[in-house]
Amino acid sequence: MKLKLNNALSGWLMVSPLMLVLLIFLVLPILMILIVSFWRATEYSIIPDFVFENYEFLFGSPVTYTVFINTFKYAILTWTFTFLIGFTVAFFLAFHVRSLTWQVVCFLLCTIPFWTSNIIRMISWIPFLGRNGIANSALISWGVIDEPVEWLLFSDFSVVLAFVHIYTLFMVVPIFNTMMRIDRSLIEAARDAGASGAQILWNVILPLTKPGIMIGTIFVVTLVMGDFFTVRVMSGSQSANVGRLISNDISLLQYPSASATAIVLLLTVLIVIGILLRFVDIRKEL
Amino acid sequence: MEPRTRSFYFLVFFFGLFLLFLYGPTITIGILSFQGEMGGLTFPMRGVSLYWFFDLFEEQAVGDIWGSFRRSITLGFMVMVTTIVVSVMGGLAFRKKFPGSAILFYLIITALVIPSILISLGVGLMFSQTGFDVHWSTSGFGSQLTWTLPFGLLIMFAVFNRFDKSYEEAARDQGATPWQTIRFVVLPIIAPSLIGVALFGFTLSYDEFARTLLTAGSKNTLPLEIYGMTTNVTSPVLYALGTLTTVFSLMVILIFLLVALRVAKTKARAGSDAGKGLL
Repeated sequence: MKLKLNNALSGWLMVSPLMLVLLIFLVLPILMILIVSFWRATEYSIIPDFVFENYEFLFGSPVTYTVFINTFKYAILTWTFTFLIGFTVAFFLAFHVRSLTWQVVCFLLCTIPFWTSNIIRMISWIPFLGRNGIANSALISWGVIDEPVEWLLFSDFSVVLAFVHIYTLFMVVPIFNTMMRIDRSLIEAARDAGASGAQILWNVILPLTKPGIMIGTIFVVTLVMGDFFTVRVMSGSQSANVGRLISNDISLLQYPSASATAIVLLLTVLIVIGILLRFVDIRKEL
Repeated sequence: MEPRTRSFYFLVFFFGLFLLFLYGPTITIGILSFQGEMGGLTFPMRGVSLYWFFDLFEEQAVGDIWGSFRRSITLGFMVMVTTIVVSVMGGLAFRKKFPGSAILFYLIITALVIPSILISLGVGLMFSQTGFDVHWSTSGFGSQLTWTLPFGLLIMFAVFNRFDKSYEEAARDQGATPWQTIRFVVLPIIAPSLIGVALFGFTLSYDEFARTLLTAGSKNTLPLEIYGMTTNVTSPVLYALGTLTTVFSLMVILIFLLVALRVAKTKARAGSDAGKGLL
């Protein structure tokens, strides 16, 4: 009994800094947003109150639904591509690169581009994809197209491309991590039993990699759903997601309305994550 | 060793394409930062020059870029050190079940998945409504921790899941106090992963802008300065800045690697087998 109490005490003591940070900078801010979402706003100030007009306006506006559908569309498209690319890359690194040194080298190669500011990297897609950009001139010189394609930039294509570009690594790492823990003798056993390469991939490796896929999915989906900058830059302000709705309100100092949208976004994200977490026990799979 | 199959070469090709895709923007920035004096943000190149790099050092062209750079570095180190200490303590604590650990775990997951702009908005509102001033070293610092700590903790969970407890038991059997066990056995073994946590902490903080957007106050960090520049600076000076920051990051990473190599060498010389149990 005494030992148990001691354990609890030392445990709490050790996590107290963590709890303090999460309390002040996570729990309290969420409560603050929840409170402010019931306040009223004038053009230049916010007034404490308890009204539902922010939520009424949010759910009454057709824009909200378009924007939420857009957000899900980007999340699903980005997930599909990051999963396909991420799985293939992780598979290559885990099963075909045979020495640890080479795996480290490959990972370093993948991470170097991330040390350029995200914002600048995103902006540099513009000269890459634009009318006179590298992509168009390359395609023309290869004879694939006759004149520059317009939809490369400021379209859903460029938005998803930018998302895939920044977030694929978030898929690669957890999938690679689970793949490395697959017992290699299982694969040998499958081969001895006469399975083809594709069958091994589909019936052995894919199911065993599921936890990693789930963790990667959680990262990618939440990052895309919470984004507010990529969509603005890459769609040339022609398309919006929920994050942009919030940041627009913030720049107009409409904090109560921003808060209401933020609460709805948070609930949506938490529900999605709740569903995903049913498929994986994160702590066991790390 | 089995012979390489055809799928291997396909995958090498695929990986090469992936790298090309990752480096595309970085290369574009690299080329365009040498844009001639009359050139713009996009192709074609109008000559080749170092003009925009020199422009970067002139105060009026880019605002307080060097001040913000210094602040970002300082903040990055603050976040890095805090993340290491708090994650190690948290990781150690989570090895035993303590009451409330499940709730705390879900809180960590929430911190990880919550859209960054909510932290920014919430912390900003909280500070302004309670009459505190937002500042990068207080509210900005805390907001960034809500992003780096979950990462640090997840890495620590992964590390301790693979940790062989018999090392600790051996230390205890030989009469080591709990503190000695941690200081001389546990910490040296997990040290290599701590370099990873440090790297994560620093880079996540150094590049973070959504969580500091409303919490940094009047003194900007580098990503915020760049964010501001994207709306009002329309010259290749942006790309010059991008190239310089990439070079800087490469240097930081090289230093980290050298330190890691040195640590490994010293260890090998001392004949200690600490850390070997992980491999």
